[in-house]
Parts: sequence; structure tokens; C-alpha cells
Amino acid sequence: MTRDLLGLLPELCLLAGAACVLLAGLWLPRERQWVVHALATVALLGSAGLALRAAGQGAGAAFDGTYTVDATLHTVRVLAPLATVLVLALSRGVVRGHARETEYATLLLLATLGAVLLAGSGDLLVLAAAYLLASVPLYALAGFGKDAPGTEAALKLALTGALLGIVMLAGTTTLYGLGGATEYQALRTGLAGVPRTAMLAALVAVLAGMLFKAGAVPAHFWVPDATEGSGTGVAAFLTTVPKIGGLAAVYRLVTEAIPGGAGTGILVAVLAAASMTLGNFAAFWQDSVRRLLAYSTISQVGYLLIAPAAAGAALARPALLFYLAGYAVTNLGAFAVVAAYRRAERRTDYTGLFRHDPLLALALVVCLLGLVGTPPTAVFLGKLTVFAAGLDAGLGWLVVLAVLNTVASVFYYLRWIGKLFSSTASGAVVAGADGWARASAVLLAGLTVLLGVGGGVLLRV
Amino acid sequence: MLTILIFLPLAVSVALAALPRLPDRVVRWTFVAATGVEVMLAGVLWAGFTGPGYGYQVRVPWIPSIGVSYHVGVDGISLPLVAMTAVLFLACAVYSLRQTRRVRGFVALLLFLETTSLGLFAALDLILFFLFLDLSIVGMYFVIAGWGHRDNRRSALTFFLYTFLGSLVLLLGFIGLYLAASPSTFDIVRLAEQRPLAGSPVEGGLVLLAVCLGLAVKTPLVPLHSWLPPAHTDAPAAGSAILAGVLLKMGAYGFVRIAMPVLPEAWRQYAMVFVLLGVTGALYGALVALAQRDLKRMIAYTSVNHMGYLALGVGTAGILAGNTDQARQLAVAGSVTQMVSHGLITGALFLLAGVCYDRAGSYEMDRYGGLAGTAPRFAALVALGAFAALGLPGFSGFIAEFQIFTGSLGAAPVPTALALLGILVTAALFLRALQRVFLGPQRLPLPGVPFPDARPSEVAATVPLLGLALVIGVLPRFLLELVEPGARAVAELVAR
Repeated sequence: MTRDLLGLLPELCLLAGAACVLLAGLWLPRERQWVVHALATVALLGSAGLALRAAGQGAGAAFDGTYTVDATLHTVRVLAPLATVLVLALSRGVVRGHARETEYATLLLLATLGAVLLAGSGDLLVLAAAYLLASVPLYALAGFGKDAPGTEAALKLALTGALLGIVMLAGTTTLYGLGGATEYQALRTGLAGVPRTAMLAALVAVLAGMLFKAGAVPAHFWVPDATEGSGTGVAAFLTTVPKIGGLAAVYRLVTEAIPGGAGTGILVAVLAAASMTLGNFAAFWQDSVRRLLAYSTISQVGYLLIAPAAAGAALARPALLFYLAGYAVTNLGAFAVVAAYRRAERRTDYTGLFRHDPLLALALVVCLLGLVGTPPTAVFLGKLTVFAAGLDAGLGWLVVLAVLNTVASVFYYLRWIGKLFSSTASGAVVAGADGWARASAVLLAGLTVLLGVGGGVLLRV
Repeated sequence: MLTILIFLPLAVSVALAALPRLPDRVVRWTFVAATGVEVMLAGVLWAGFTGPGYGYQVRVPWIPSIGVSYHVGVDGISLPLVAMTAVLFLACAVYSLRQTRRVRGFVALLLFLETTSLGLFAALDLILFFLFLDLSIVGMYFVIAGWGHRDNRRSALTFFLYTFLGSLVLLLGFIGLYLAASPSTFDIVRLAEQRPLAGSPVEGGLVLLAVCLGLAVKTPLVPLHSWLPPAHTDAPAAGSAILAGVLLKMGAYGFVRIAMPVLPEAWRQYAMVFVLLGVTGALYGALVALAQRDLKRMIAYTSVNHMGYLALGVGTAGILAGNTDQARQLAVAGSVTQMVSHGLITGALFLLAGVCYDRAGSYEMDRYGGLAGTAPRFAALVALGAFAALGLPGFSGFIAEFQIFTGSLGAAPVPTALALLGILVTAALFLRALQRVFLGPQRLPLPGVPFPDARPSEVAATVPLLGLALVIGVLPRFLLELVEPGARAVAELVAR
């Protein structure tokens, strides 16, 4: 038991961090609340550091196999807290001095913990609990601004989350009924002889919850509204961190809990195809940049889902993990630019940004081209490996569809990029940028390229 | 050494972008200096090159877990292209001495493009090749969108979408090659040794289809050329010169470097397709060019025509029946010479067309007339370029086309004979254009606006290009001695 708990040190660090932040926040005066954010950052960095140390000790399982510690979890344990650190940085400008500064950090920490637990769950019941932990703080965060769009975002998020959570529990019950176990390894043996249709139906129900977390079709209805309605920092978090946990959970579910060759590959492939296509086409004529990024994340999940669909291929898992890292960095980078110019809500508000703030404009160009998948950015390497895995697994049609989608996506990213280089500047641009968000954007754009060029080192482990 | 050659322009570009408040004059001369150093470096590489095989190879593992390495090197096929690229960029730098619109960004972008172009011709790894290919698209997009004229945004978008789709299809082909090889690798040299898809005609055909579709868009072969005329017409003069002179060669080079050596079996099987596409392109490009009223569009369509000859050459190299080793090698060598020659001549022609736009803001040939009287130097330069482009003996184009046709005649007599007609049409259209713009009654584009003769920077930019075309035309040995061993190697690889 003690050994199990020690294996969970990174998670415990996040939990302790959340508790400390909440307590510290209660004692600190309003104008000293920044201490809370510093504390949260320390907890997150500490967690990532502990995870790195744990990664050196190899794979294993905790609590009778209900929690799996392996490369997937190691990656998520490092990635999710670091992403949250950056979310904290890019939302500094908005949250500083806010009446609920402490709550912001606490909720982010708890949601991060939920995402990590999702990735590690080796048991349907743990998965359900992690789902709740990863979702409930987000409902509150979405409504953080207490304004009309925020309320709508929170309501939509909460309703979808609750509905899909129940569907997921129904699926869990059915899988338990069919396979006689909730722990993945036992479930896999138990499900070996059961009717395939029933099993796939139950799996779809369980996947519903994960797809909600990942923001994939058909559970994507909350994404555009929540991304537009909640603050930019929350939006950045919503479209990044839960996704990491959700997709890792999908991969684990498909590869570990369901017997091989049960047709799950084609099921996930169809979801991937729908997600990338719908997200792309909805993004086409968006003028609100946050809505555009929201639809772009839906399409990105489509590409990411190719990895679980191609689970048999040797490259599938490294591809997924690397793509997740690349996506997180690039997506956060784009959101950081949006956060830097708080008053620039629409595409046209970015007119002339290059003249006014060339560094930030370049950062945006790098991040948007990164989302397209132009080499040498991180997402390119992610796409390359994911496509290779897909072709290897015989999903040629899906990869071709992904390629066509990629080309279509260039159109709307370029429509945004094209605005940057006008000679006249819009008012929103002239108003100036928020320092923290600006620094995060430049850092993240640099990281995108660095991760793309130096990705070989990461892919090896 | 080769790595320095590739990345020096990028370093200068970054430095220019990072240093604030440089006067435009300094930036322009830095551009000339940097590209001048590149030409010298290319010359040193040429002088020190001892073929056959790859020289100056560097191989550093980059992403070892999926078999990607930073692997560069040059041989008799890529070295002339590297040198041509360096020369053409120097010419553009000299030509841009008169650039006044947002000079720093323009120069930084062109230097960035130089790195991607040189990198592509030196790349011996598929992913490295793809990286430079994609970055060249990005760079050219910004050149057209930022410094072009007329409907430039739309043309830039069309260019990006079209060629990006092509490049992604190409990537699919590359992944196919990677998965088929064992051990899996993206290394071109190893893949050429392995011939991963030999003996599986269906997969080989599919991968070849993907690779060739991607490269054909980039080349461009009819019917995948529709992005080219708007992109060329609306790009700034230096941009058009680079686009036509260097970027179009990337696709053609890909055929010789990747498709033919790595998939010889499939290439031989489908060689006739390339021959037919080539002939169609040669004739179609020439005929459509004949119908143009816009000078720049006309030159753009002659590129389609010239790329058609190129496809004919690489296609017949794959036809074994009725073709001797000698003929195959000749066809490949002709194609490579054509790449170099077309780069020099079309680059010069586009720069000269830019002179027209610079003076009078129009490419409409009917609006000009009798320019030979007011601008004799300019007229002489254009005439020289036109004669070079129509393949007159004594110019590089003749050497290239002669080789291609001689090499192809035995293997595909009817298509070759048809393609020869293209030369006739090209001659007609160039002569007609010369007549419309330079001869006849003096009719300047705008009343009261003078049409000054070619300025020193314009002369200095185009004369060396045309001069090189002449030198290659008169004394081709120095080039052919380099190209022929490389062409022989490729011809042997295809015949395996």
C-alpha cells in the first residue's frame, strides 16, 4: 500500500498543491494573492519533476492493477502539469487581483489531477471517478467570468458533461455485466467470448465520456461555445489539458480493455474521420478567433484519434504521445497570442499585427503553421508518425482523408495569417499586449520549433 | 562545407530580421554580399568535386527512432542545380538593388528561400527533402502575398493550397516507402540500394502514384499546372524568377533523385505515362502561350512547355525496349541540363518582364510597341533571352533539348516527333512577342511617360544569367562532364 502510494507521488503532489493553494488563499490578503499562483506553479513543476524521476524507474501498476504506470502515463504526468503552468502564465493578466484568484488556481490544479488520473486508469471505475474529477472543476472555471457568455459556456459544458458522464456509467455497467470485471486485464479475458455487437455498443457508451473530454465528434457541441464564452486562459486549458488525459484514456481503453481484433479500430477510425472533417468544415468561415481555434481543436482530435485507431502498429503509441505534446505546445501558443491581445476577438482585429508587434505576429504564424503541420514544427512530426502508424495499420483511407483535411485547414489558418501583414493596424492591436501572455506566446512558438527539430530525442524514450 | 552553404543564407536572414533599424541600402547590399558568398562557395564545391557518387556527405542522426537523419550530399545531378540556384539568387539580389518596398522583410524572405532551395537539392533524406519543400512553399507564399501585385492574395492562396496538397500526397508516398523498407528508413541512398517495393507491383504502383502526383504538382505537369500562371503573374519579378527558375525544378529533381532510383520497377512500368504527359505538356504549354496577350503569362506557359520536354526525357529513360544504355543516359543528362538551362533563361526573362512592369505597370503586350527605339539595351537583352528560350543552337536550351530528343527518339519515336513541334510553336510565339513589343510604330504604354532603358542593376542581374546560358551552349563540356556520370548512375539504377 505504501509502495503504491509512493508510485503516485506526482499525483499526490498535485492534490497537496491544490489543498495548500486553497488554504493559503484563505489567509492571504487580496493584493498578495499572487503568492497562490506561485505556489500552484511550484506544485505543478514539482509534480512534473517527480514524474520525470518516476519515468526513469520504468513501468508498473498500482492498487492491484487499477492504476497503470507506464510510458503513456509518464508522458501525461509531465505534459499536463507543464501545460497548466503555461495556462497560469498566459492568464496572469486577467486573473491578477481578481476576487477569485485562488479558486482559479485550485480548480486548475484539480482538473489537471483529473486529466492525469484519466490517463492512468486501468479500471473502469477509476476511469469514471477520474472523469468526474477532470470535469467538475471545469464547469466552475467556464463560468469564472460570471458574465452571460461565461454562464452559457458553463451551463452547456455542465449539461453535456453530465449527460455523457451518465452514458459512460451506463457503458461501464454494461461492460461489467458482459465481462464480469472492471479491471482492464480481467475485462479483456472476460470479454473474449461475448457477443461483439453488445460489447462494441457498451464500449461506445464508455468512449462517450472520453470523447467529451477530448472534444471529439459527436461529443463536441460544447467546444465552440465554451471556448468562446469562458476566458481565454480557461479556453486554452479546456482545449488542451483534458484532451491529453482523454486521448490517453481512449488509447488505454482500446488497447488494454478490449480483446484485439474486435473491430474497435474501425470504430475509432470512423470517429476520427468525422471529427477531423466536421471540425475543419465548421472552422472555414469563422470570424471569431476563439471559435476558429475551437473548431481547429476538434479537427486536431480527429488526427490524434488515428493513433488509437491504428493501435496495432508499432508507431501508434509514440505517435500519439508525441503528437499530444506537440499539439499542447502549439495550441497553447496560439491561445497565448489571443490572450495577449484581449480586445482582439475577431480575425479582422489582428490586421496589421506584424507592423505593430513583429515578434508576436511571427509567434502566431509559427503556431498556426504548426497547427497545419508544416515542418519543422512539432505537430508535423506528430502527424508524420501518426500517418505512418495509420498506413502501417492498413487505414490508408483515413490517412488520405486526414491529408485532404490538412489541406482544407490551411485555408482558414491562412485567412487569419493574411490579416497580420496589412500596413494599417486595427485598434485592438494598437492597444498593446499583455506582458505575461506575450512572453508565453513567444516561448511556446520557440518550443514548437524546438520540439520539431529536436523531437528525435523524445521519440526515442 | 555543404552545410554552411545551405544554412548561411538562413543565418543572414535571421540576423537581418533581428537587427532593428538597418538602413535599406545596407540591407540590399548585405543581400548581394551573402548571395555572392554563396556563389563562391558553390564554385569551391564544384571545383573540389570528384565524382562519381555523392560528395561532401554529412550524415547525423536526427530522429533515429523513425530512421530520419540529417543527410546531405551532392552528385553530378544536384551540384549543377545547387550552382544554378546560387547564381540565380545572386542575380535576384542584384536586381533587387532597386527594391524599395519593405526591403528588410523581402530580403529576409528571399534568403530564407535560398536556404530551402539549396537544402532541397542537397537533401539525401526524404523527410529533409520534404522539410525544405514545404518551407519553400511557405516562403514563396509570403513573397507573393506580401510583395506581389494585382490579385496577389488569391494567387498566393491558390499556390499554397495546390502545392501543399501536392506535398502532402508526396509525404504519403514517402511514408509508404518508409514502411515498405526493412529496416525502415527515410534515407534516399539506402532506399535506392534496397528498392523496397520491388516485386510488389500494386503497392509499388500506388506509392509511385503518390510520389509522382506530389512531384507533378510541383513541376508542374499538365494537367496539374493550373496554379502556375496566376502565381507567376502576380508575384514580384524576383519572386517569379525564383519560382520559375528554382522552385519548379524541385519537382523535376524529385523524379530523378527519388522516384527513378527508388522505384525503378514501377517507373519502368509506367514510363509511357510520363512520356505522354510530357508530350501533352510540351504541346499544350506552347499553344496556350501562343494565345497569351500578357507577357508574363506567356513566359509562365512556356515553362509548362519546357517542363514537358523534361518529363519526356525522364519518361523515356524508363523505357527499356528499343532504348540503348547510351540513349537512356542521354535523356537523363538532357533533363538535368534542361533544369539548369531553364532556370537561367526563364529567371532572366522574368526579371526582364519585371522591368516592363516597373516602368509602365502593365504586362499587356498590345500596349507596348517600338520599344527597340527607346530602350535598345533592354530590347537586346529580351531578344537574347527569347532566342535562348526557344532553343536556338549556341544556347544551353539547345544542348538540353538536343540531348532529350536524341535520347528519346529511339524509344518513343512518335511522341518525340510530336514534342518537336513544340519547339516550332515556341519559336513562333517568342518572335511574335518580340515583334509586338519592340518593333513597329513607337507606341509607349502611357502617353507622356518615358520608358527608360535598362538600368545598370538590371543589366548586371540579367547579363550573367544569359551569358551562362551562352557559355553552356557553346562550351557545354564543363557542365556535361559533371552531369553525365550522375545521369549514367541514374540510368543504371532505373535499368535494374
